[in-house]
Amino acid sequence: MFRVLARNRAIRRVAGMIGTLFGVAVFVFVMLRAIPGDQITAGLGTEAAALTPAQLAALERYYGLDQSLFTQFFSWLGNLFTGNLGFSARSQQSVLDMTLQSLPVTFELAVLSIVLALLLGVPLGMLAASRTNSPRDAVGQLVSLGGLSIPAFLLATTLLSVFAASFGFNPNGQGFASLLEDPLLNLQQMFLPALVLGFGIAAPILRTTRTAVLDVRSGDFVRTARAKGVPPGRLQVRHVLRNALVPILTMTGLQFGYLLGGAVVVEQIFSVPGVGRQVLLGIQQKEYAVVQSTVLVIALSFVLVNLLTDLLYRVVDPRVRS
Amino acid sequence: MTSRSPILAIRDLSVAFRTGKQDVTVVRNVSIDVMPGQTVAVVGESGSGKSTTAAAINRLLPDGGRVTGGQVLFEGRDLAGVSEREMTAIRGPGIALVPQDPMSNLNPLMRIGDQVGEALEVHGVASGRAARERVTELLDMVGIPDPARRINQYPHEFSGGMRQRVLIAMGLACRPKLLIADEPTSALDVTVQRRILDRLAELTADMGTAVFLITHDLALAAERADVVAVMYQGEIVETGPAAELLTAPAHDYTRRLLRAVPSLSSARLTDPPQATDPSVRQADPPRDAGPSQDASPPPVLRAEPTRDTEPTRETRDAEPTRQTRDAGQTPPAGAAREADDLVVIEDLRKVFPIRGSTAEVTAVDAVSFGIPRGRTVSIVGESGSGKSTTANLLLGLDDVTSGRIRFDGADVTSLGRRELFAFRRRVQPVFQNPYASLDPRYTVAKSIAEPLRVHRVGTAATRRKAVAELLDQVSLPASTAERLPHELSGGQRQRVAIARALALSPELVVLDEAVSALDVLVQAQILELLAALQRELGLSYLFISHDLAVVRMISHSVHVMRHGRIVESGTASEIFDRPSHDYTRELLAAIPGTAQRA
Repeated sequence: MFRVLARNRAIRRVAGMIGTLFGVAVFVFVMLRAIPGDQITAGLGTEAAALTPAQLAALERYYGLDQSLFTQFFSWLGNLFTGNLGFSARSQQSVLDMTLQSLPVTFELAVLSIVLALLLGVPLGMLAASRTNSPRDAVGQLVSLGGLSIPAFLLATTLLSVFAASFGFNPNGQGFASLLEDPLLNLQQMFLPALVLGFGIAAPILRTTRTAVLDVRSGDFVRTARAKGVPPGRLQVRHVLRNALVPILTMTGLQFGYLLGGAVVVEQIFSVPGVGRQVLLGIQQKEYAVVQSTVLVIALSFVLVNLLTDLLYRVVDPRVRS
Repeated sequence: MTSRSPILAIRDLSVAFRTGKQDVTVVRNVSIDVMPGQTVAVVGESGSGKSTTAAAINRLLPDGGRVTGGQVLFEGRDLAGVSEREMTAIRGPGIALVPQDPMSNLNPLMRIGDQVGEALEVHGVASGRAARERVTELLDMVGIPDPARRINQYPHEFSGGMRQRVLIAMGLACRPKLLIADEPTSALDVTVQRRILDRLAELTADMGTAVFLITHDLALAAERADVVAVMYQGEIVETGPAAELLTAPAHDYTRRLLRAVPSLSSARLTDPPQATDPSVRQADPPRDAGPSQDASPPPVLRAEPTRDTEPTRETRDAEPTRQTRDAGQTPPAGAAREADDLVVIEDLRKVFPIRGSTAEVTAVDAVSFGIPRGRTVSIVGESGSGKSTTANLLLGLDDVTSGRIRFDGADVTSLGRRELFAFRRRVQPVFQNPYASLDPRYTVAKSIAEPLRVHRVGTAATRRKAVAELLDQVSLPASTAERLPHELSGGQRQRVAIARALALSPELVVLDEAVSALDVLVQAQILELLAALQRELGLSYLFISHDLAVVRMISHSVHVMRHGRIVESGTASEIFDRPSHDYTRELLAAIPGTAQRA
């Protein structure tokens, strides 16, 4: 019975996902407690030292810090299953509500960044591969080198100051507009952060595209296609790019998952209220439940994106299907 | 021939490849004419420039290659002066290609029907439903069963032979005037090869298509072509009608090539069995002692287990033949020697689970045979017959499902780690691909000495000495020791692999398609080396091959495998001169050139 279950690919996949998430939960839980200080010291600062033992005990009981680590861990985990992700004392909001607001923002930013990265990376990668060691290859290499080596914070602050100072354009200076309320302003506010993130991600996508295209192009079936008279344009799209798509997809999936973790620095610079900022503020305030639950949500999205990538393989590659 | 003008005329063609800063000419002043409807074969070893010549015809030379001289005239037009757009229009209806490797020449992500249909679409021959109907006809024409269903499948759902048929359908889709067939069947089993070549010949005859056939197989070329051109080091050394070339070769290279081609009339390299062979159901006295055979078996000594205590060759020869009986001398008449066989395999069975399901496939089923000491036992079969699995089971690389393998009296199917380690010292493999079986970063000396290091035999100094001796044994110069594999030819690498297998002085060497990847001239040398080593060291061989002619040359006894079972066993002469099983007969009939010699 168990053997049959273990052979089933879907069941194994789900078991693997649960294992990953549990591992993440344990890791975050332990790491948070390894940082000196807790929610009491974070809230009161140095005044925490003036607390009487009785007051301290009362506060610890209030925050649940008097429980054993074991109890703390499993009561948090148990609450997750009832939909209770915890409560943030700082923002007087449940973590669930906070995440429901911040996750769509991060998701939108990630999608926009990936789209920009693909628009930049794939054509440039194909261009670079079309003639290696030529000027166009050099352009591609230069862009990818820039994308890899210019730190996001530098590009972000430069863009922000150039646009704000020279053109008086700073949509991020206003309060954040959600996509549903004010799509126009929202897209303006999202444009620069998506550009910064997309530029960084375009680099690995460009390189992957270039390598994959070069690899596929030297394949026997491409020569065979040429020998039957397939014209160059059709050859590039139908035979070369189509086959290069698998590694590009892998890279894109990885980067997308990474973006869902919240680009903390970029979100901070452009005042985008995404999950990255939520985790950062949570850590600063030692709000354990906020950090733990948010990280777990991020891990879950990462795992789901991976799953989605694998499902996309099945669409792209018939060999995976069978 | 006739007064008609050739459809293809190659005039003084030279092709060079740019490597680093200088040009290397790989095709030099080649001239060939192909008349409409004619089949012209170009024969040569790997690196002779035959495929490059073919690629120059339809202007699909690999990167770095370019025509440096001469002309390619197609229907009287110089193709060098044709624009890329016009060339694209010529490829397909004018000059089509059937490439070599069916595994890598189809787009893995595109349905079979779409790939064949694309050839029609891009030339405006047919599109949409009409194209689909035409593709179904084409697939049916090349012998693909149930084409209406299979047109929606992907390449990975097709076997190698079926893919090659698809490639032929693709090449013939626009009824080309000239078809370049670049080793169209060399990746396939012989029986499949014969059927596909027959079909190709019928179809091109029907369409009036001329064929430019590239092959390494002289017998195949002679059988299939009107005219054969022999290519050697970038030049055509001899051209002539196929029959003439075979019977009266003018050039020395052609003669050498003809001699080296293993065929059912090649000289046997091994001593014919001299007595009842226990591995064979019934045996009778040998009738076909090869002309060059030594009448009395040379004195043989089983090598000592450790090399550093091994006697040098001189002392070996001087020593009395301590274990000559093992080495194949006539045992007492009628004596049952089965217990004495080095290897006895009984009722061997191997079942593999199919990934992602609960179904199983039986790769080896009820296989029993023995390997007498100092003899060569061969297993022949086509891909998927279970011959390599049998070899892997004997090597202890795979676990048996049931059955027994006794090696020198001891059961080796249930050995612990330690015992297995000791056992492996006595059994060594040589695999097919001499490019993949050597570590590219190890020098030859390091590769050969590796088994000694692993088994902690000798000191660094004695190992160095052993390497020198082994290199000498496989006829490689001592300077080879410090070379890296990429500096060696295929034949030299296979010699290194054999030297490595001999390093531990094994009693049994398992040769899994050990000469299949080599050119015929090199193949002949390696086979001779193997036979000489057997005489000298008393080695036993299990020889796995798909090539019946090669098997015949080297084997004492032969087992024919199909679908995991042994269908026929016998001495080499029994199997090849008086086959009793239909499948064996089919295999023999499929060998190119058999028709002419029979």
